[in-house]
Amino acid sequence: MILRVRALSKSYQGRPALSGIEAEVERGETIALVGPSGGGKSTFLRCLNGLTSFDEGEVQIAGLSLAPRTSPDDPALRPLRERVGMVFQGFHLFPHLSALANITLAPAHVRREEREAAEQRARALLQRVGLGDRGDAMPAQLSGGQQQRVAIARALAMQPEILLLDEPTSALDPEMRGEVLNVLRDLAGACTMLVVTHEMSFARNVATRIWVFDQGRLVEDGTPEQVTEHPRSDRARSFFRPSG
Amino acid sequence: MAIGTAFSLAFLLLGSGLTRIRAQGEIRWAGDLQGGEPYVFRDPRDPAKLVGFEVDLMDALARRLGLPARFVQNDWSNLVPSLERGDFDLIVNGLEDTAALRGRILLSRPYFTFAEQLVVRKGSTLRTLDALKGHRVGTLASSLAHQILRSRPGIEGVLYGGQEEPYLDLQLHRTDGVLLDSVIAARYGLTKPDLEMADPDVARGTYVIGLRKGDDDLLVKVNSILEGLETDGELKRIDERWHLPVLPAAAAASSPPADEPPPATVDLAQVILFLQGAGLTVIISFLAMALAVPLGLLLALSRMYGRAPVRLLSHAYVELFRGTPVLLQLYILYYGIAPVVHLSALAAAILGLGLNYGAYESEVHRAALQSVPPGQGEAAAALGFSRWQALRLVLLPQALRTALPAMTNDLIALLKDSSLVSVITVVELTKQMTITAVDVRSWALPGALCAGLYLLMSYPLARLAARLEARLQGPVEQAVAVAAT
Repeated sequence: MILRVRALSKSYQGRPALSGIEAEVERGETIALVGPSGGGKSTFLRCLNGLTSFDEGEVQIAGLSLAPRTSPDDPALRPLRERVGMVFQGFHLFPHLSALANITLAPAHVRREEREAAEQRARALLQRVGLGDRGDAMPAQLSGGQQQRVAIARALAMQPEILLLDEPTSALDPEMRGEVLNVLRDLAGACTMLVVTHEMSFARNVATRIWVFDQGRLVEDGTPEQVTEHPRSDRARSFFRPSG
Repeated sequence: MAIGTAFSLAFLLLGSGLTRIRAQGEIRWAGDLQGGEPYVFRDPRDPAKLVGFEVDLMDALARRLGLPARFVQNDWSNLVPSLERGDFDLIVNGLEDTAALRGRILLSRPYFTFAEQLVVRKGSTLRTLDALKGHRVGTLASSLAHQILRSRPGIEGVLYGGQEEPYLDLQLHRTDGVLLDSVIAARYGLTKPDLEMADPDVARGTYVIGLRKGDDDLLVKVNSILEGLETDGELKRIDERWHLPVLPAAAAASSPPADEPPPATVDLAQVILFLQGAGLTVIISFLAMALAVPLGLLLALSRMYGRAPVRLLSHAYVELFRGTPVLLQLYILYYGIAPVVHLSALAAAILGLGLNYGAYESEVHRAALQSVPPGQGEAAAALGFSRWQALRLVLLPQALRTALPAMTNDLIALLKDSSLVSVITVVELTKQMTITAVDVRSWALPGALCAGLYLLMSYPLARLAARLEARLQGPVEQAVAVAAT
């Protein structure tokens, strides 16, 4: 088991944002986190690598445990973050570095890899996300879809045991979403992924399980078929069949 | 009324000083209160009242003129240009009779004769100007003593704006002698226990009243009154009341003021002095900025990421250095802490400007760091970077790019602010200009030369700032290329 979450709760100034989340993920799974905006799915994802702290509960991830109320700046989080990759909605590529340098920066400085080896792997990763020829391009010269693919390669360069993706296609035009989703489809199975997404077809066709978040609760946890065809909660029912 | 105005205007144009002051209903005379005792200064018991031997002299002069006298405060080094502008009618403030001055304004008969006196530290073996060759000797800028020092090749004259500072620096071993007139030497130099007279009569000079060119009738009147004051003993009584030093008995002065050099012209030698001044301006500005930028970064980082006491300290530093005049900071660095930390003038200048600009640069750094999107820090943290690594590899390279145009602009400002260091005896470009202006009796050419040199230095920087700014708004990779060079 690569992720185990027990009784995780968090509130912002007395307003509960996450309440009593229980979840488990096996290696190689692809989980789609869906649900209405403000339902808590992004907050939950950020709790898993300590970018957001939680108030109560327990997180076991990639063999490490994360305690409640750990400051996002706590140096103790660094080994965890080496094993848990993250991709953001807004890409957040480093604008002063080329695509290749974006990918090699963390391996070179966090894992102290040889420059040569890091670059070789970065080139392979660029190839894998379909950007083998754009290594020297600066982020501003790349389209949004290309930037997000570089960001995925950057996260993969740390060889994470689990990859967290926070709405990776929401900031993209429809035609660019496809290229990013294709990359994720190729990754599925090879890498454990948690993807916060609004792409229902991706959730149905690629995810091994779908989690539905609503009002800070994990209201549905099952295979795509179970969740979309036979939802147990009213909320999930109305979410997947807004018209009926 | 209109006719009256027209008449007084006509008198002004005709340049009849006597008629003008009668139309004014008063005679305006100028001095610098900073000159202090015993010339003209505020009565310590009643600061609203001015006292001094020149106040008594003017009271006597005004009484005999039949007009009230009014004092006008004016910076000492600019008394002559202000007189020429028409800000007042007379200069009465220890003005020395020199050939250079004679060519420019009218001078009255003397109202006081003094000796130029050389003061040294007690026990010093360097007791004559000849012995002081190769040494530093302090004096007031544009004074007769300054001219004497310049006529002695080998002596390095150090110029001050006030009378106290030359003796302070002598005490501090920054100079090996001070040449100033007997009035100043008696009040400010010999009152210090560790200083003593080395040569009481290096040369002689006189204090005279300065009048605008064209005020010849007023000059005749002033001279006749001064003569009257002298013959009936009133001048002597005033001198005695203020305990002005009596001339030493020694008859002939070793170098009479008559052998002073003819007025200078703006020639190659002057231009070289200007270039040296400009060089010093560049050195001071760039070194001060080289200190200010890393200091500012340190301050900004302590303020943004430090623990509470560090944050408070850095905040206090910025407010203190931004909230007090840099002139005061320079004074404190050079004179205030001299008993503890003995800095050379150049070091104090660079350090003072650097410490001051550090406060401003810290705000530039801080704004630039805050302008980096928060997602950048999160992305770095999510990749496992330590806070320091994130700062060094991700945040600072981006912030520096934003800060660069602002810093270039600050460097231009610093280039001009560096003229302030002349108060601590550094002769940079602006100071050189004012010295030359007095020498050649004109501000026009030295002023233009000075302005030209400043423009020559600041214009390339202004262009650089504009280019950096343009690239900041343009594609990122260009800005990076610039930041890397």
